[in-house]
Amino acid sequence: MAKAKLSMRDRYRLLTRDLDWEPTYVEPEKLYPHTRYEGIKIHDWDKWEDPFRLTVDSYSKYQAEKDKKLYAVIDGFAQGQGHLSLTDARYVNSLKLFLAGVTPLEYAAHRHFGYLARHLDGPGARFASLCQSIDELRHAQTEIHTISQYNKYYGGLHDFGKMHDRVWYLSVPKSFFDDGLSAGPFEFLTAISFSFEYLLTNLLFVPFMSGASFNGDLATMTFGFSAQSDESRHMTLGLEVIKFMLEQDEDNVPIIQDWVDKWFWRGYRVLGLVASMMDYMLPKKIMSWKEAFELYLEQQMLEGLFPDLEFYGIRPPRHVEQAITEKEYMSHQVYWTLYQFAFAANFNATVPEPAEMDWMSQAYPDTFDRYYRPLWERARSLQEQGKRFFFQGLPMLCQICQIPMAFTEPGDPTNIAVRTSQFRGERFNFCSDGCKWIFDREPEKYVQAWLPVHQIYQGNCGGTTIPEVLDWYGIQDGVDNGEYLTSPDKTNWDKWHTPSVVGGGA
Amino acid sequence: MTSEPRTRQVSVDLQDSEDTRALVEAIEEDNPDADLLRMPGLVRVQAPKEVVIRRETVEQRMGREWETHEFQMNIVSYSGHIADWDDDQIVIKWEH
Repeated sequence: MAKAKLSMRDRYRLLTRDLDWEPTYVEPEKLYPHTRYEGIKIHDWDKWEDPFRLTVDSYSKYQAEKDKKLYAVIDGFAQGQGHLSLTDARYVNSLKLFLAGVTPLEYAAHRHFGYLARHLDGPGARFASLCQSIDELRHAQTEIHTISQYNKYYGGLHDFGKMHDRVWYLSVPKSFFDDGLSAGPFEFLTAISFSFEYLLTNLLFVPFMSGASFNGDLATMTFGFSAQSDESRHMTLGLEVIKFMLEQDEDNVPIIQDWVDKWFWRGYRVLGLVASMMDYMLPKKIMSWKEAFELYLEQQMLEGLFPDLEFYGIRPPRHVEQAITEKEYMSHQVYWTLYQFAFAANFNATVPEPAEMDWMSQAYPDTFDRYYRPLWERARSLQEQGKRFFFQGLPMLCQICQIPMAFTEPGDPTNIAVRTSQFRGERFNFCSDGCKWIFDREPEKYVQAWLPVHQIYQGNCGGTTIPEVLDWYGIQDGVDNGEYLTSPDKTNWDKWHTPSVVGGGA
Repeated sequence: MTSEPRTRQVSVDLQDSEDTRALVEAIEEDNPDADLLRMPGLVRVQAPKEVVIRRETVEQRMGREWETHEFQMNIVSYSGHIADWDDDQIVIKWEH
């Protein structure tokens, strides 16, 4: 006899929440020792909401289905020489950035959500963390499997884990995430679940995935959407956790406001890499960074989310005005930096094509023709004379975001911004008021930053010459790095697209 | 600030797929104010104040049984707050 099915609500209550028990011979403070020292006060963990009402059986069922769909596409991609259908080999540079910059963060998130799945006091929060931990591992694995299809044919993808730990520009995402991992559990949730996964995630994933779709990268698009279907659950966790903390005790409000301020700026600076990817690395553009910023940050977050949070006494993040001002030029300043230092990166960079520059003139009418087109035209002319410009020497880095000090004063795109603070008799440099503010709150933490340039000068990176450092990075000089137009990727791409009656391997 | 508050939009981004076509039709039927925006690989449904996805309407459009959990297979992103997700409907709106 078929029994009536339990409702979602009842299943969730019985299979997720009801499996918890009260400790009787250990104090709760001893069982969950990490949830008090940050000053966040939680009175009733039962008030935690999970709108997805996840249970282990439904979670496994849908995740398995997602994986089956994805691997069917990856097989088809590999068997059909899918990489040859890209718009251009230049597109693969955005995958090199993604694999070395983002995939290791997914793995770090997997580990840290595993820790939260043990250490949060409430069963609802623990189970949501457990699911996210498994999701993040799935993301890391599917990204590696997908992009390994490209590793067979293109440079720069072979040792992304090591590169993430060592290469100068990858210290930007790495130090961001390490900052979150080394914070307490509630700050981590605000940093990663709320700020990164809710506030900023669309600015990271949608450009990559829509960019993949538009540039003929079926495999990346599919893993992206597969991951992103989990991401909406992560967004929900981020929003729920912040509302939960705000509703539990009014004393939590100022602590959370500080974290929102800090983690908005930290995350936003990391997205400088995404901005330059969108505007420069995609041969076919989906939208400009400026448009994406207006849609996802200004419209959805500042006009949508923050009026909701105002109810709890939370105001929009500190320094968001500067981010709004910078939407006119951030991508150009970051890519100009990447172009000059591409000799030490696992990707190739090049001057944008004339048609791309025309697109930029339209997308950035107030800044591109005035400030950046002349730079690129100068770079192109040098390149045509056989004098491709690379910066000689190592740049000064911001102590917080670790991006070379190339950002300008807000609203003044010709004047490089420098902020400094003194601490224990030493001077520290920052690219912006936002980064300086973060340092001044917790200088003891940030004086410990692993700054790639300092480390090279201290002799901790294989040596003090460029070939020694590249070797230590795992970058093969002349294969993985430097100018795109003279790269093996470009040569191979042209060869593969020359009509030939004879088949054969790469 | 003294300006009139604008009507806040909520939205949901879905993968542009075979299943999504039926879903989008159902959402359009239940949310007459919704706008569609197509991006490469994506469909965004956007509406003032709230978006509701009803199981019955989706099942009619798909011609098969559909549980609301299955919405996880199609969703890419959203903007708003998931106010309700039970056996019969999913409601996305701003709370305050």
